[in-house]
Amino acid sequence: MVLTLAAPLLIVCAYSMLSRGAYGGVELPVTPENYARLFTPLYAGIFLRSFAVAGIATALCVALGFPLALFIARSRRPNLCLALVILPFWTSFLIRIYAWIFLLRDTGLINTVLLRLHVIGEPLPLLYTNGAVVLGLVYGFLPFAVLPLYAVIERVERQDKVLLEAAADLGASSTAVFWRMLVPLCMPGIRAASLLVFVPCLGTYLVSDLLGGSKTVLIGNVIQNQFTASRDWPFGAALSIVLIVAAAAMLYAGRRGGAELA
Amino acid sequence: MNAALELRSVSKSYGNQRAVERVSLTIPRGTFFSLLGPSGCGKTTTLRAIGGFESVDSGEIWLNGERIDLLPPHRRKVNTVFQNYALFPHLTVLGNIEFGLRQRGAGPFDEPVRRVLEQLQLAGKESRRPSELSGGERQRVALARALVLSPELLLLDEPLAALDPQLRKQVRAELKDLQRRTGISFLFVTHDQEEALALSDALAVMNHGAIEQIGAPTDLYLRPATRFVASFLGTMNWCNGVGVRPEALKICRGAPPDGHTPVHAVISRAIFLGPVTQIELRTASGDVLLAQVAQGGDVYKPGEAVQSWWNPADELRLTP
Repeated sequence: MVLTLAAPLLIVCAYSMLSRGAYGGVELPVTPENYARLFTPLYAGIFLRSFAVAGIATALCVALGFPLALFIARSRRPNLCLALVILPFWTSFLIRIYAWIFLLRDTGLINTVLLRLHVIGEPLPLLYTNGAVVLGLVYGFLPFAVLPLYAVIERVERQDKVLLEAAADLGASSTAVFWRMLVPLCMPGIRAASLLVFVPCLGTYLVSDLLGGSKTVLIGNVIQNQFTASRDWPFGAALSIVLIVAAAAMLYAGRRGGAELA
Repeated sequence: MNAALELRSVSKSYGNQRAVERVSLTIPRGTFFSLLGPSGCGKTTTLRAIGGFESVDSGEIWLNGERIDLLPPHRRKVNTVFQNYALFPHLTVLGNIEFGLRQRGAGPFDEPVRRVLEQLQLAGKESRRPSELSGGERQRVALARALVLSPELLLLDEPLAALDPQLRKQVRAELKDLQRRTGISFLFVTHDQEEALALSDALAVMNHGAIEQIGAPTDLYLRPATRFVASFLGTMNWCNGVGVRPEALKICRGAPPDGHTPVHAVISRAIFLGPVTQIELRTASGDVLLAQVAQGGDVYKPGEAVQSWWNPADELRLTP
């Protein structure tokens, strides 16, 4: 634990308070400068956009993952369905995101088909948009939402079936049973799914790099840049620390919410 | 006048296992009716079919003159008190009680909720969660949640089974009072014959998915139609092909009164129960008989040879 988790974190923390070296790396003196730069409108804006994109992607993952998990829980072959959900992990994430480029670009599959069918006159700008980034995030992280949602739905339908029956007995239609009983009872799983999707969405740079182009810069891209092109390790470290603190705060808030419900 | 509930030859199978077989019964309005039988006799399946949680293979279910067996559960004007109450853990007591009213959408709820809270002594507990309630309180919330909807029939699935024995008798009396005060028909499912006898205006005894007998508690106890009913309600001695209740079986040291045939027996056990002593006898043919001797009468000891006898009016002749 100390070696793999605490030590790297301490190094990042120390770097974030040092000065930038000319060719990367860090130098003395200690300075608060790196954190001060975070509060400029440029970076505050990127932080906000990153949270918004991650939030939207998380909401979509849960909204799409819940019905899928429900379907799997009620299917005859749940294990097979779950295996299919996990199957994409056997291919590199990078390659799968590249595949989306071939689907979305101006000469990609979607635009080609629509053009040929004369549905559109000129290619739709699909790639390098915020939408493409959200799509990529949802695609990439949906399995992380489905697994905890499946676990909780399966448990509720097995252990608490009588609660669903009781709701119907008290006059709830099947829609009302879904919204007023099943979803509230599945809240712990919904919360777990949200955190499992939100945290990686917040830190990712691969999806926004490939599908967002230069237009959609997320915090992950900025951090990556500091360690590569910009060679500003201390600032990259400061950004990372803020991101880690923000994610930890979200986790803590999620835990608190869970404790209140239980 | 319509019956509150009528089952017309209802049958239900699971695979080739017959759970309920041609069950017909009528529950008059405003009565406390019990379905009594051992576990696996089909009583719970019958209840679930009425509530709408099991489809029936054949037969009809009528509620107040309306056929309901094809309606989904939420369209049936019956409400259920489930065995472990099935209170909604994420809602407060008030949330649980208002749940059904909210589904109907018609407000305001204050008046019916206040009335039912008072009726079931739950006032002041509105904001508690089910996990913070005692067993008795949970049971009352389950009742309140159902009764607030003024159902045409209330189904109760072993609602006392989850309570500890001391509380059970008290709650039993309260349940009977509640049924009288509200005038709502209760269909009570239990495997406890004492409960069924104490509470019911009428009851049906079920065995192997079919009804053995329907009637008032006294009818069933005094005039059971089958050996199963006779043995399931109270204790029954079987001796020389006839049945005698322990309280009708008499024992003496000398000869019985004229005209009574004695059965020779040896006392194998005498158990003091307070007001009565229960005597276990073994006859020459190996039958075990139970008799009750009132406090203050003769005292019998194990190993003693005695004569037992009974009034012919107290004996039951039933085909096995």
